[in-house]
Amino acid sequence: MPIFDPVHDPGSNFPELLRRVGLGTSAIAAGGELIVPHATTCVALTYADGVVMAGDRRATAGNLISHRSMEKVVQADHYSGVAIAGAAGPAMEMIKLFQLQLEHYEKVEGSALSLEGKANQLSMMVRGNLPAAMQGMVVVPLFAGFDVRRDVGRLFAYDVTGGRYEERDYIATGSGSLHAGTVIKVGFRPGMSRDDAILLACQALWEAADADSATGGPDLLRGIYPTVATVTAAGWEQVGDDELAARYETIASEVRSR
Amino acid sequence: MSMPFYVAPEQVMKDRADYARKGIARGRALVAVRYVDGIAIVAENPSETLRKISEIYDRIAFAGVGKYNEFDQLRVAGVRAADLKGFQYSRDDVDARSLANQYAQILGQIFTHEMKPMEVEILVAEVGQVPADDQMFQILYDGTVMDERNHSALGGDSEAINARLAESFADDLDLATAVRLGSSALSGPDRVIPTRELEVATLARGNGRRCFRRLDDAGVDALTAT
Repeated sequence: MPIFDPVHDPGSNFPELLRRVGLGTSAIAAGGELIVPHATTCVALTYADGVVMAGDRRATAGNLISHRSMEKVVQADHYSGVAIAGAAGPAMEMIKLFQLQLEHYEKVEGSALSLEGKANQLSMMVRGNLPAAMQGMVVVPLFAGFDVRRDVGRLFAYDVTGGRYEERDYIATGSGSLHAGTVIKVGFRPGMSRDDAILLACQALWEAADADSATGGPDLLRGIYPTVATVTAAGWEQVGDDELAARYETIASEVRSR
Repeated sequence: MSMPFYVAPEQVMKDRADYARKGIARGRALVAVRYVDGIAIVAENPSETLRKISEIYDRIAFAGVGKYNEFDQLRVAGVRAADLKGFQYSRDDVDARSLANQYAQILGQIFTHEMKPMEVEILVAEVGQVPADDQMFQILYDGTVMDERNHSALGGDSEAINARLAESFADDLDLATAVRLGSSALSGPDRVIPTRELEVATLARGNGRRCFRRLDDAGVDALTAT
């Protein structure tokens, strides 16, 4: 059982604890042409009650589709979620460590980190991955959550160096972000309803999938839909497949009628 | 050269045990009671911020009585051990029995080798997927581990409290009855503990992945109001 003297105590910092007990992970550095699965398009936008996050389910390795049902948008804790684009392996490791860090902090300290604190924590993790990013293992997350202290939904975008940028309206990341971002940019209105915000996020992913080969659309054959979730004062809530199927039916019929 | 006085090992152990017991008896007690949906832990604690009961892992809770800084150190060590094990292997591999054994090792080690034993008694409770798998481990200042099935009492006067619990305990209690039972067992027949001096938390099967919930004063009031 890890007990430290007061001077060497890692406090509520889980990655530091891992290093102290010799389980610290160093960033993967791979030279040459290493083809690993990459996760792609994710979006997040604010609406009246909080934020909507959405991401497609496809991972690609070079020209191949390596996974059809990958979850890139995941719950980070009760009031926040994180979405990841980039090299899937390091990205999933980062998400796992990030989730653990938030929970570990909450348990050790007896209270949860502020939303800003969580965003900064993720920033440090992205920066820690910089050596791997230089070798092609880029991980670019976006972070969204409900700030219970300010009673508002907030969005944070990152770059590979750990730079953290708070956005007011929307963010898109990944290979299809140009198309997805444009759809949201045109359709975004401040203070949208939940229905409108979810529909807009679904439309953004639809258009991205239509134009970007690395972004997957709704897979009706296998019943795989993008991951969509809302974070509000009531916490994280994932949107069910039934609701998404209905949304995509709306979008498809609208596209057919053009 | 001066010779140290010879003290019989029995005497050393007895003195340490007395010292620890005295320290623990000064503090207020806590109880854990199994109810239909999990385990309810009720502590007499006038502080709103310094907690006796807390979450260790998805299905595991910790409670301690005695010296706050000592059981809090053990609590944090437990959170670390659990999170490390869950990270290294799987969340399913973290269990109360293994944690209780680790606590027993530490407390036993400190009791025999350090100047001063820890003045604490701790409880590690785990709620199972089914009621039959619910577990409670009570660990004493000298590393003695006891596993309890239905209820457990820690702290000063724990024998009398346990007897009161045993008297009224039944299988399939609901949460409100379990909390009232805990509160009345703690207080005894001659007094009533006010709600704001009760710290109540549950490990409930229906709470999702993280089973631990802390009840606020309003929640406790709602349960204890008859």
